[in-house]
Amino acid sequence: MPLATNTILICAGGACISAGEKSVKNVFEEELKRYGLNELVRVIETGCMGACTLGPIAVVYPEGVFYQKLTPEAAREIVEEHVLKGRIVEKYLYQAPIGRPVPRVFEEIPFFKKQVRIVTRNLGVIDPTKIEEYIARDGYFALAKALKMKPEEVIREIKESGLRGRGGAGFPTGLKWELAAKQKSERKFVVCNADEGDPGAFMDRSVLEGDPHAVLEGMIIAGYAIGAQKGYVYVRAEYPLAIERLSIAIEQAREYGFLGENIFDSGFSFDVEIRIGAGAFVCGEETALMASIEGERGQPRVKPPYPVERGLWGYPTVINNVETFANVPWIIRNGAKEFRKYGTETSPGTKVFALAGKVKNTGLVEVPMGITLRELIYEIGGGIVGDKKLKAVQTGGPSGGCIPAEYIDVPVDFESLQKLGAIMGSGGMIVMDEDDCMVDVAKFFLQFTVDESCGKCTPCREGTKKMLEILEKITAGEGTEEDLVELEKLANVVKDTSLCGLGQTAPNPVLSTLRYFREEYLAHVLEKKCPSKKCKALISYVIDPSKCVGCTACAKVCPVQCIAGEVRKVHTINQAECVRCGSCIEVCRFGAISKVTPALPVEEVVS
Amino acid sequence: MLAKTKEELLKELEEYIENHGYDGKGDVLIQVLHKAQELFGYLPADVLELISDRLNVPLSKIYGVVTFYNFFSTRPKGKHQIKVCLGTACYVKGADRILERFLEELKVGLDEPTSDGLFSVHAVRCLGACSMAPVVMVDDKDFYGRLTPDVVPRIISKYRREG
Repeated sequence: MPLATNTILICAGGACISAGEKSVKNVFEEELKRYGLNELVRVIETGCMGACTLGPIAVVYPEGVFYQKLTPEAAREIVEEHVLKGRIVEKYLYQAPIGRPVPRVFEEIPFFKKQVRIVTRNLGVIDPTKIEEYIARDGYFALAKALKMKPEEVIREIKESGLRGRGGAGFPTGLKWELAAKQKSERKFVVCNADEGDPGAFMDRSVLEGDPHAVLEGMIIAGYAIGAQKGYVYVRAEYPLAIERLSIAIEQAREYGFLGENIFDSGFSFDVEIRIGAGAFVCGEETALMASIEGERGQPRVKPPYPVERGLWGYPTVINNVETFANVPWIIRNGAKEFRKYGTETSPGTKVFALAGKVKNTGLVEVPMGITLRELIYEIGGGIVGDKKLKAVQTGGPSGGCIPAEYIDVPVDFESLQKLGAIMGSGGMIVMDEDDCMVDVAKFFLQFTVDESCGKCTPCREGTKKMLEILEKITAGEGTEEDLVELEKLANVVKDTSLCGLGQTAPNPVLSTLRYFREEYLAHVLEKKCPSKKCKALISYVIDPSKCVGCTACAKVCPVQCIAGEVRKVHTINQAECVRCGSCIEVCRFGAISKVTPALPVEEVVS
Repeated sequence: MLAKTKEELLKELEEYIENHGYDGKGDVLIQVLHKAQELFGYLPADVLELISDRLNVPLSKIYGVVTFYNFFSTRPKGKHQIKVCLGTACYVKGADRILERFLEELKVGLDEPTSDGLFSVHAVRCLGACSMAPVVMVDDKDFYGRLTPDVVPRIISKYRREG
């Protein structure tokens, strides 16, 4: 095969695939073939490059030119202009906010420049289905190094690095391994928790899809350190691509002898199996996850005993999250001291966040711990969509809280976020603007926990349901001040008395919004107003007669035919029949329709 | 390609259990249920009985497991399954209205198949494509992102043409 002169890396992360990556890739390949270049120019699908807003994206090497928002037509042009004639196709370049096209974004744009890539170092760089590419990036060198060390030396290195569990709770990883290593048992297990259930989080998915070998290597090293023979990866069924890429990776690692009997002639044997979840959020809780691997209902049990003492089938088990394992090879290769150069004293290293919601640059970013929310949202994230006002940042999913805009300069680390009543969580970060109602957000998360409560303990099963009922009452405009008192009391009881992490943290979204946005609750309760104009029962849609030109677009789209008016005459909405679906606002090109709160009184229909 | 008969599917499931050496192994229950649902589209009672026999797990326990996990269904689903993401990012970007529109257009309730058996609509937890919010996944492979309610009829008719 002749040496490739150009390489086109095309991002095959979830967002880019949904934006049409496959058809772009096909055109690249067809066109290259048409010009007889298919052996000289390689097209490689990589893991998520992170800049999900810009997808589908591709980078053409050796120049490293970054093309965005590609279409099949764009691919055709890039082959013809860039590959054949060496001319950069400007219209598909990233446009910097000042209007200048930027060909080499990785060095120029804050979104990429401010990142530190340890966990995501191979994402967007290698073909995740080829173990050779992982090895070429120093893959499995850490394993070779670790197997020459004593298990306790491996544990010491991890302890010194200060690595803490990236699944959310932040338990020191080295300590966990040490506790498991000390257990005397003929069988031990390593489990990778890839049951990434927090809505708004897709870090683990991206790492598994983009660099599955890093996770495997971390697991094998953990197995060696604690003396385990077997590992399980518990993946959500919602992530079919992650499962596929991980299966390929396991096969390849076996072929190369990185998994199996007597790895590197060290006498150490280890194998990994995938277990697929079945759609139960609670299975992210470690004892529930183990029950699920054993083929049971995923219900948590009381701790202690902790999994390091009695885990899978009663044997000592280390459970770590995907991102935690992906950190391990880097630490072993580069040393604890190097790792500590990033992050803060108590939270060393980096954290991968999934930026989503009302932020301009959504996507996957890896930043040093201790970075401020301001840097994350305004420099990396590019600010709020439509330059609206930031209202809150939600971290930690249904277990986390809403951090109000005034704390935007707080450093992002385990302790600081906890002090604010939120948690680091697994890394989902949802940015909310002035249009998001905090009572509605709290209700959204409560609905989630009510659905996902496993039903084993009463505070969580019944308590969250009662809390939801109160929130529904408030958003329906029927709440009272006593309801707020009751809600807060109930939230604290559920927090203090639930069996597992799910129940204990379920009240966080309610408690944090009550703490920072109480005036919004009061507006719902006292004035029957929803300041963000989100809660349907508290708003009305109205047509401004001075702006309405009578184009009939709204009347046509209204699903309940409640908009009346003749062509070129002002239209009106019948409030009694309006279902407040918002379709009319979307189609009006004259900005004539708006929402008002509190809701307009509905006139009694006299028969 | 002709659809497989129930007997053929049952045989395939038994072969799967056989080839993997799963007989009498209760801890692989969830895997076997995944396989069964992949074959049949849902989990009919007689299939559960067969699994109970082969894995030596009481039917009552299997019922407990099946009803615990959202992924498993004892009722048939539509040929095309439309999964509307109701994760946080999708929610703040109006996923509730996308869901409403699907139900309205197809005149069905959540999780129930249309009368022609062609579609069923399901609400799912985060699909992990938050930057494309709101998103919908059809048949576990086709993604539609940055949706607005008026695109919904077009998505439906695309699959209706496929039959």
